[in-house]
Amino acid sequence: MARNKERGTPEVSSGSMADIAFLLLIFFLVTTTIANDKGILMTLPPPPEPDQPIVEFQERNIFKILANSNDQLLVENEPYNKPISELKDDIKAFVLNFGNPDQEGIDTYNSLPSQMKARAKQSPESSDHPKKAVVSFKANRGTSYDLYIQIMDAAHAAYNEIYAERVGINAMEFLELDQSNDVEKRMYLQGRAGIPKAISIAEPDK
Amino acid sequence: MSKFKKNSSASQDIPTAALPDIIFMLLFFFMVTTVMREQEILVKQVLPKAEQLSKIQKKSLVSHIYIGEPRNIGTYGEEPRIQTNDVFMEPDELTLFVNQEKDKLSEAERDRITMALNIDNEVKMGIVSDVEQTLRKSNARKILYKSLRGVQN
Repeated sequence: MARNKERGTPEVSSGSMADIAFLLLIFFLVTTTIANDKGILMTLPPPPEPDQPIVEFQERNIFKILANSNDQLLVENEPYNKPISELKDDIKAFVLNFGNPDQEGIDTYNSLPSQMKARAKQSPESSDHPKKAVVSFKANRGTSYDLYIQIMDAAHAAYNEIYAERVGINAMEFLELDQSNDVEKRMYLQGRAGIPKAISIAEPDK
Repeated sequence: MSKFKKNSSASQDIPTAALPDIIFMLLFFFMVTTVMREQEILVKQVLPKAEQLSKIQKKSLVSHIYIGEPRNIGTYGEEPRIQTNDVFMEPDELTLFVNQEKDKLSEAERDRITMALNIDNEVKMGIVSDVEQTLRKSNARKILYKSLRGVQN
């Protein structure tokens, strides 16, 4: 067997290792899409049953938002020209109005922190108490989805801020509460107690 | 000026021996976090922006529905279409899709199925509400309007 006596220990040159790794790195950097599974979570009402009784609501307990196909808003029967960010405050004022609370409403009222109590206007033209208050949104088939999301966002923001303020955190922290953790779950339930998130979406006109 | 030139005897090279290791670490990070898209999305997708976002608790319960203007306008037209898996669907065909997705889950989890609606910004509400009504009827009532974090401009 002819043997090359001069051969030393065989070595793979590792100088280009960094380059190869860089190449792979750049490939993965480019192809990566960090999955975002976030959004506005909602539960639709059950399908209507034919013999369902029609529930009567008093006008004052409904916060009506209408949108037409030109993306113009009609809020509480008046054209709405303010920026949508103010809609949130209007909804909050409406939910926490306590115009004519029953016993349950009074209990809810008493559980609120004092700065929230001070904001209750108790106007007879607005909602009786949070349990009866409904935010109703009706869009047209031509309304843009963008506006729809903005309204939904405002309505959810109003409720989440109310819940969050009750337990002394901000709305973002309230949304991050982990349901599997006992302490955080209690905070979540405490925030929501007595104030159901009543956002109704009417079927648009044909 | 001479003050700064005194100690120039020290070597100024940064050791690069650990560079491959660092790069490999980054590489592994991206390899692990990468989710290869399993389906091609045939519709335009510019998601709306919102702030009140919730995270999905359990990802296996989520099924995706995509709505938007087809990317290939020449073949599919300009009207917004509904895409599930790899095919376009009519709103009333969604019941079938929902049932297929429910069959994949265990019996106990079927009622907790969440439909993630990936809807393009420019879509009108007509088709969205058709989809919602169908989902309502087919008893997949938890829905998630997928959106990005941010303020509308």
